[in-house]
Amino acid sequence: METILFLSPTESGSPLSKSALEALATTKQLADSLGTTFSVGLWGDAPKADDIASCGADKFYAVTGAEFSQPRYATDAAAAEALCRAAGATIVVGPSGSRWNRIQAGVAHRLGGRADSHVTGLSVSDGSPAIARWYYRQRMEGILTRAQRPWVLAVESGIAPAWQGAPGTAAVEAVACTPPAARSNVTGIEALTADQQTIRPDADLLFVTGAGWTKKQPDGQVKTEEAQKLILAFLGLSRASLGSTKSLVDLSGEGQATLTFLTHMNQVGQTGSTPRHAKGLSTCCHGEEPHTVGWRFIGERRAISLDANCGWARGKADVLYVADAFAVMEKVNDLLAKKAGG
Amino acid sequence: MPEYQIVVCGSVVPDPLQTLEPVAGPTGPALKNEMMLPAWLDPWAGHALYEAANLAAKNPGSKVWLVALGPKAKLQQSMMTLAQKVPFELIALDGSASGFTDAAETAAALAEAIQAIPGLDRSKLLVFGGWESASRGAGATMQIVGEILGITDQFQGVDGIEADGSLRILERIEGGRHQVSVCDAPPALLGWATGNLPEPRNNPQVGMANMRAIMPALQKAKPAKIGAEGVTFQSVSLPKQARDTKVVKDVPPDQIAAEIVDWITNK
Repeated sequence: METILFLSPTESGSPLSKSALEALATTKQLADSLGTTFSVGLWGDAPKADDIASCGADKFYAVTGAEFSQPRYATDAAAAEALCRAAGATIVVGPSGSRWNRIQAGVAHRLGGRADSHVTGLSVSDGSPAIARWYYRQRMEGILTRAQRPWVLAVESGIAPAWQGAPGTAAVEAVACTPPAARSNVTGIEALTADQQTIRPDADLLFVTGAGWTKKQPDGQVKTEEAQKLILAFLGLSRASLGSTKSLVDLSGEGQATLTFLTHMNQVGQTGSTPRHAKGLSTCCHGEEPHTVGWRFIGERRAISLDANCGWARGKADVLYVADAFAVMEKVNDLLAKKAGG
Repeated sequence: MPEYQIVVCGSVVPDPLQTLEPVAGPTGPALKNEMMLPAWLDPWAGHALYEAANLAAKNPGSKVWLVALGPKAKLQQSMMTLAQKVPFELIALDGSASGFTDAAETAAALAEAIQAIPGLDRSKLLVFGGWESASRGAGATMQIVGEILGITDQFQGVDGIEADGSLRILERIEGGRHQVSVCDAPPALLGWATGNLPEPRNNPQVGMANMRAIMPALQKAKPAKIGAEGVTFQSVSLPKQARDTKVVKDVPPDQIAAEIVDWITNK
């Protein structure tokens, strides 16, 4: 019989994140499928379990202390290790995110177990848990089981609806954890202002820009400045999240004229991210299968390209508009501006 | 000026432009024609190496090692290009670089190789690597290497470092933001994302200096038995999600724009 633990860091004064609630729902579903119960482990400066008191967990554990508020390897790993030991967990499920991903495998090593991350599915096969995850940058999917325990998992956001339920009063068992001497401190966050920020994980739409925006246009001219204006205007009007192909991001590193607001953080695909959004619109992208993994987890997909046989779109997009993206996006912006103006 | 001993961990991966197809191998899943696929250093490990070389260049007396795991022939292939980029000393491990192996086994081999480097001084030690690989993509190996080496100042998704004895480190976090941390001093472990440096240009002088030591290092490559003990793959398959793409041609931009706006505003 497996002993299952849902584990998550908490942010000071904030409820559990959406991705944590999704991981909680996944944990509950796994426990139900295995015909067993699960417990919850939280850590932070003041972790509160009352919001999830009715989630069905049979026990709640918490490591509490100001030292555990920082998203920092040494203290996060110590807290997670203590919680796993207190629960005697054989399966540990946490939400993918920078904080859990930073420590998950290290914690598994301390416990003598193994870790798997970027889990996109959890099921039961012959009475044992099985996970799905992708290999070679989302180019092939594997389903696997493991003999080692504890098995420490990081589940991706978007694979289950977030747990919802009535708050209550959770009886939380305090777990002792002596914080290790900290040699590192988190001193702040560097972020663009909300208007400048083009990466919006909660947006419905991912807008992907390709190198075509910076190439010579049909009139023989390069129109990088115009491209920049069109794209920024569209992002402002649509509140879409901006993704970019590697070739376009790399242009800036090579000192070529490019879109100044793009960084490697916008990059999607082989060596970039594979974000999850309901819809995706690609513009001026080109390339074959290896490049298109950037929208592996995008629901509805449309593309604008001058190339009717573009490998980015054919067989990958639902609709391919064979057209000049400059002309189309200008009109799109006009229409969105009219809509916004009422 | 502080001196650093920077050990970069890396493995080789197939050229991402190649078609990859899973097949059943004798010990589990593998790639079709795996040994025929051109290989290069994992992209994130490459960024880590370039950042390491940059840091070493700014801090005279510093040194960079590359602990690379892969089939010897593949390592040799990738070194032909890599050696031209930046100065480093290679420590080669001859073992599987398959994405279907276990991060814990890879980490154990890498950590053992690091521990065997003569004269390593923990007060100067920075362990670099990619935050994930382009094969397994787990983000697990470097954490375990750090644990085995007893390094609990670990940073993942690193895009920047400023080092003047203490270390100011930028880590990627959600929403396109960076978390800023300050670590008092080495030892520390950094799993790099892309960093901020372009790929260095080929430098034949660096290449000649590197290759003098790289070929003997390849010949001395220690065998490393890397597998995935305890893992049973039920299936590995390519996604079957080819879409029936509707191609819209010869339609004026106004009409396309109206259709797109309807689509993106319709929840």
